[in-house]
Amino acid sequence: MLAYALRRLVLAIPLILGITLISFMVIHLAPGEPGQTPGEMVTAEAKRAYEQLKVEYHLDRPLPEQYWIWLKRLARLDLGRSFAPHGRPVLSMIGERLPITLLLNIVEILIIVALAVPIGVLSATRQYSAFDKFTTIFVFVGFATPEFWLALLLMILFGIQLGWLPISGLRSPTAEYFTFWRQQLDFLSHLVMPIMVATFGGLAGYSRYMRQSMLEVVRQDYIQSARAKGLAERVVIGKHALRNALLPIITILALSLPTLIGSSVIVESIFAIPGMGQLMVQAAYERDYPVLMGNLVFVATLTLIANLMADIAYSLVDPRIRVGRRRR
Amino acid sequence: MRGFWKAFRRNKLAIVGGAVVVCLALLAAVAPLIAPWDPNRPDVKKILDPPSSRHPFGTDQLGRDVLSRMLYGARVSLAVGFVSVGIAATIGILLGAAAGYHGGLFEASIMRLVDLMLVFPRFFLLLAVLSFLKPSIWTIMAVIGITGWMGVARLVRAEFLALKEREFVLWSQSVGASSSRIIWRHILPNAMGPVLVAMTLGIPAAILTESALSFLGLGVQPPHATWGNILNEGKDAIELAWWLSVYPGLAILVTVLSYNLFGEGIRDALDPRLRQAAGRVVSRGR
Repeated sequence: MLAYALRRLVLAIPLILGITLISFMVIHLAPGEPGQTPGEMVTAEAKRAYEQLKVEYHLDRPLPEQYWIWLKRLARLDLGRSFAPHGRPVLSMIGERLPITLLLNIVEILIIVALAVPIGVLSATRQYSAFDKFTTIFVFVGFATPEFWLALLLMILFGIQLGWLPISGLRSPTAEYFTFWRQQLDFLSHLVMPIMVATFGGLAGYSRYMRQSMLEVVRQDYIQSARAKGLAERVVIGKHALRNALLPIITILALSLPTLIGSSVIVESIFAIPGMGQLMVQAAYERDYPVLMGNLVFVATLTLIANLMADIAYSLVDPRIRVGRRRR
Repeated sequence: MRGFWKAFRRNKLAIVGGAVVVCLALLAAVAPLIAPWDPNRPDVKKILDPPSSRHPFGTDQLGRDVLSRMLYGARVSLAVGFVSVGIAATIGILLGAAAGYHGGLFEASIMRLVDLMLVFPRFFLLLAVLSFLKPSIWTIMAVIGITGWMGVARLVRAEFLALKEREFVLWSQSVGASSSRIIWRHILPNAMGPVLVAMTLGIPAAILTESALSFLGLGVQPPHATWGNILNEGKDAIELAWWLSVYPGLAILVTVLSYNLFGEGIRDALDPRLRQAAGRVVSRGR
């Protein structure tokens, strides 16, 4: 077990290097230059500021050298400073926003799994029933609904027409005058719509995967023999089938982590939530390239680690993986 | 092929989807003829007019007709969908075919590149690239294509791995056909079925991506109308004008839904086994 985990860990090192290389190339091979807005009027002052920027960030050196300098700083966990006037270290900006994005994503995943598993199991065990048909329609509509549109509709309905929920930010402007419990309630009410939106998008996919996985397991021989033993259907499905059907979901969850984090870009910028996604959008508007590069490396590495953990978790529950070749 | 039609015709949802896909393409093509108003002509006397018989979907902040803007927006959305999927498929086919056919170190490095690209949340990549490019329809198409080829590359490689051991390929090799001839004339045509399905399902994903980018203001820029940037304006007027938010989103929903139904119909008809096995291979455009 330990050997397997170690092997996977060693294999991840070149991937992390690859992540830094891609992040660097994405930004430096694009025709526009960092710190410059195409088509903007160039004043003498802006020019001087730009020259200073160039020296400070070694933009005057050849690309491989720039990459090497950047990599050396990365190794010391120094992601550089933002180009914005406040000039704060990128790492502390990420540190401030990561908990919010993680909180949102973890709650989303929990809700999605809690709903998708029963939906998938029910529609698989009652294939072609009215419930199954309804969920199939739901899945197709879920796949086709743009998240930002759903967000707008919910804002119109719950935020404006009914006035039940706040439509932006994480706290009401007057929150500091609230009592402690009122503050928590205020915070939660700000999270309801963003989580609804993000959950809706993911739910379609996962209930589909769950249904598929369950359908495959139910056809296996050992399910037949469990039935033949005279076990109750509830036990056959709930114990024997479900456990095996859940296995692929672990991998799919880990693999879709980038998608989930990616969707926080949209959700966070619509609901004005100060998380990683919103940071990325702001950095893109402002061409703040230390923030862009830092974010790319950070999020990609995070995904890599999650994938790694999923692989190891998978090998814990399914010994075939450890011994044999990895399944693709 | 006849088996394909027989199977496809039985799938009513796929036929409806296909019909809507065709109608949308026609509407987009003749948009200048049927649009009731000039999509870019402002009118200060009709700012944010609710839907009426003169303006079925209302007007926006500049008094422009939303229906006309949506018809012109359909052209942009569909064009972006088709072209970016074309770019993604071209890159994916070239790399996937070369990797699957030649194998070895080349294959290993291409497939590691695919793994690497998939570790990045797509929207983060898109935002990073777009922030340094002058936004235009062409850059959007290119960028969506360049960040979306990995699925096709995996698919083509897998097909090539299976097909290159088949007798007709071994036979061509034994009579001395060049590898490019074998790749293009013998293997690729046999691998195109799943690729075409992936492309059909890739178009709605690209349309969703484009509309999200335009919604964020980093996609197609005004005055060009797209569904995404009408929604962006809708967000600013959300307390005053629901019609700016509702209709363009509905258009995206219907378009993406029809393409997905159509694409899945083709897939199921091409190979009923796929329906059982892999589930969906489509990713949402994020």
